[in-house]
Amino acid sequence: MVLRLEGVKKSFRNNEELVPVLQGVSFELEASDTLALRGESGSGKSTLLHIAGALEAADAGRVWVSGKELTQLNDGQRAQLRRTDIALIFQQFNLIPSLTVAANIAFQSALSGTPDLVHIKHIASALGLEEQMQKYPEALSGGQQQRVAIARAIAAKPKLLLADEPTGNLDEITAQSVLDQMLKLVAQTGTALMIVTHSTNIAARMNRQLQLRNGLLE
Amino acid sequence: MIAWCLKALLSHWWRNPVQLFAYLAGLALATALWSGVQAINSEARASYDAAAKTLGEGQYDLLIPKQGSRIPQDIYVLLRKSGWLVSPVIEARINDVRLLGIDVVTSATGLPNLASGQSAITYDTLFANEETALKVSMLANVTVDKSIAPGIAIGDIGLVQRILKRDDLTRLILLPNQPIKQLSLGMVAPNLRIQSAHAVANVTELTGSFHLNLTAFGLLSFVVGLFIVNSTIGLAFEQRRGMIRTVRSLGVPMRTLIALITFEMMTLAVIGAGLGIILGYFIAAFLLPDVAATLRGLYGAQISGTLELRASWWVSGMVLALIGTAVALSSRIWQIVQMPLLASAKPRAWVVATASRFRLQLIIAITLLFSTVPLAMTLEGLLAGFILLGCLLIGAALALPPLLGGLLTLVQKYTVAPVWEWFWADTRQQLSGLSLALIALLLAVSANIGVSTMVSSFRQTFIAFLDQRLAPELFVEVDTADQSAALEMFLMNRQIEVLPLLTTQVVIADLPVDLYGIRVGQTYRNNWIFLDNTLNAWDVIERGKAVVVNEQFARRADLWVGSLVQVSRDLILPIAGVVGDYGNPKGQIIIIERIFKDLYPNLYASNFGVRTKDAAQLRSQIVNTIGIKNNAIINQVGIKALSLEVFERTFVVTSALNVLTLGVAGFAILMSLLTLADLRVPQLAPVWALGLTRRRLAWLELLRAVLLAGIVFVCAIPMGLALAWILLTIINVEAFGWQLPMYLFPLKYLELGGYALIAAFLAAMWPAVRLMRTPPSTLLRVFASER
Repeated sequence: MVLRLEGVKKSFRNNEELVPVLQGVSFELEASDTLALRGESGSGKSTLLHIAGALEAADAGRVWVSGKELTQLNDGQRAQLRRTDIALIFQQFNLIPSLTVAANIAFQSALSGTPDLVHIKHIASALGLEEQMQKYPEALSGGQQQRVAIARAIAAKPKLLLADEPTGNLDEITAQSVLDQMLKLVAQTGTALMIVTHSTNIAARMNRQLQLRNGLLE
Repeated sequence: MIAWCLKALLSHWWRNPVQLFAYLAGLALATALWSGVQAINSEARASYDAAAKTLGEGQYDLLIPKQGSRIPQDIYVLLRKSGWLVSPVIEARINDVRLLGIDVVTSATGLPNLASGQSAITYDTLFANEETALKVSMLANVTVDKSIAPGIAIGDIGLVQRILKRDDLTRLILLPNQPIKQLSLGMVAPNLRIQSAHAVANVTELTGSFHLNLTAFGLLSFVVGLFIVNSTIGLAFEQRRGMIRTVRSLGVPMRTLIALITFEMMTLAVIGAGLGIILGYFIAAFLLPDVAATLRGLYGAQISGTLELRASWWVSGMVLALIGTAVALSSRIWQIVQMPLLASAKPRAWVVATASRFRLQLIIAITLLFSTVPLAMTLEGLLAGFILLGCLLIGAALALPPLLGGLLTLVQKYTVAPVWEWFWADTRQQLSGLSLALIALLLAVSANIGVSTMVSSFRQTFIAFLDQRLAPELFVEVDTADQSAALEMFLMNRQIEVLPLLTTQVVIADLPVDLYGIRVGQTYRNNWIFLDNTLNAWDVIERGKAVVVNEQFARRADLWVGSLVQVSRDLILPIAGVVGDYGNPKGQIIIIERIFKDLYPNLYASNFGVRTKDAAQLRSQIVNTIGIKNNAIINQVGIKALSLEVFERTFVVTSALNVLTLGVAGFAILMSLLTLADLRVPQLAPVWALGLTRRRLAWLELLRAVLLAGIVFVCAIPMGLALAWILLTIINVEAFGWQLPMYLFPLKYLELGGYALIAAFLAAMWPAVRLMRTPPSTLLRVFASER
């Protein structure tokens, strides 16, 4: 089991009021499994993704990633888990603007050891980034930046890939192409994938779909 | 992980070289002026220490003549035979070098080589440091000894007497452990008196205030430099918020990240401070000759003209720079620790002024500014003066951004045209980012106004003082009582106004004082201006019913007009007038000639002021008729020119530091604008899209910089004048013992204002040109990135 959530609850404080976002969410994700998480804006999709990615802590419930329970880990151990087992693709790409595309792609895998340059080259080629490798992110279009973010995540050979609207910045044709590449690469490496999306088309390409409404899965 | 994380952190500087330059240059400038000043101070202190060690000044009591400056050698022999343990010293000045002859066998101080070497050559050799050796090499063999104080050459007394062609002595050192039984001094040598070691003004104490002033300037520049550092660190952190969020989310632990950021920033700080120390060395080397001239002119203190790389100053510069960086860094690190991992990566806080912070700043500022009034009324001492200055400067600095914010809000409120309304609102938004640079400008301009007011007031007063003191056209020095009597007779027979000056050193009110006996005449009545006096002061003094004192004595003894002074055991007189005596560290008391002669019947007038319309002719008559040496007659016009020259050089250092501080402030504005430039693009792009051309936007940016500098200048005027007031009425009195009247120099201030505006214009020009040349694609990218 790559990811397991059990009764996860999370609330945020809005001024004096406590707003519940997740009200007891449970599900599991196996290796090579692909899952689409859907829901309206503000339904807690991104929060759930962040909790699964060891970026945020749940108020209640338990979360396991690669068999390790997150509540039992300290900051350093959670950071190590993010380096070795988890990769995230953010809505806003979160590339490092002062590093070249090549350095950005290699960055996460380099943090946990020596980057696999052959693998990186293969991914860059698959995502059509060979020509952009020495450029800086600011010189790329939104779609290209998104592909760099995807390449960085996959290059780290994670066990769990979490993507928050990974094609949200792309036109439909490019989005489909990027998704094809992503699914292909994920299938090759046996990575478990969870995607947060509004798109029914993208959701349809996943093995499973979950709908989040009022903090609960339907 | 560490290597890649460091690579990511350092890549920020690689991609933002201007920011890196601002950081390094800020640190370098801060460290440069501080360590430059410290280098000068440490060189001077080393020179004073060497002088004290070489000469033993202030360590032993001395026997000196009551009149004149020479002791016959027979007296020395007589004293030794009578059981007095004394060591002879002869001293004269040649080629700007203090030439000292000591007795190797009896001297308690002096040269170890001379005392223990005992070689024949030693007795025929002068000892001096390398610099001084060159100046005396034509007099005798010179052995270079680095431990000898600068400006001093020392040798065996026999050798120095031969060089000077003299057979007398200047003073006798009273050695410690005198025998219990010995004949009294009055019996053996009635013309000598004991001068206590404590009565000799210690050069370290005398010059202390001068060095403190230099240090204060160095500190001001250091603070201004640190503003640049703090501002750059702040910007670098804001711009890297996104990166920090990303690397943390990709698995870099917080502790590792903080350690790496600290290592990165401190390493850069070491490089910046190192550059600053090198720069400081050159600044110190450039200023040292003027400082040396000042110290020699004001205090007679000799300091080395060459600079040594002493650990004391460069280590202090490095340590201070690192502490300053660490302080600026710690608040940013704290922000990272507090920042939620998924916090917004948008650079928000840096350019958005927070009303609550401004409110807090204003409260602290008002508290500090209001506290200056009771402080000024109650505190005493030099340190208190500097505390007062600190409250004023920090209070004004903190008050500036909220005041500017309030002013801009008010202007915006009454503006109708939309472009200008945007302009004022946008200017207000920039305040937070620009505030440190504007504060730096405020401090620099205020310091300039304050110091130039002080210097110009000093200059005006000093010139008037020279006219007063150097009124007699000739000043004649005589060697003997016979010469004194003959000269007076000669001048009086020719109906020439003569002003005899009798003098001796005494201790009054527990202070070493020069006591003068004068003949009150028209010259005194017409030229001398009292700082404070009783009615008909000169008449009372002429009748022998009162004394005049200089300001230094009045302040040190805490006496003023009307107070009583115990001139001798049986004579107590009131003070009828206090005179300004600028540039003189010692106290003076002036009585009339008749009383002086009653008190000291053996002393004669050794100096005379002479009024004449034909100085050259009278000079030759005195030389030919009385036999007084030509070099004993001084043309006071020359002295006045020399005094003015010393004065001008005294303030060259201050002016140089002033200019450098203003330069640093201009640089701070430039760096702030350049570093803000990238953040400005998203703010300007919408206005550009709405129809304002890039050229117009660039001009508005220029206008904004000049306008803000103008407002800062207006704020700096009252600040600078308050600074001048503190310098003149508190710091100067504490440091030098005299108070100066404060004059205002509006044209000079306007000139300074012009410089401030030019500095702001020049600083804003580069960013404005960059904005003007920004390609539309860059501006459009702002919209492309929007979701």
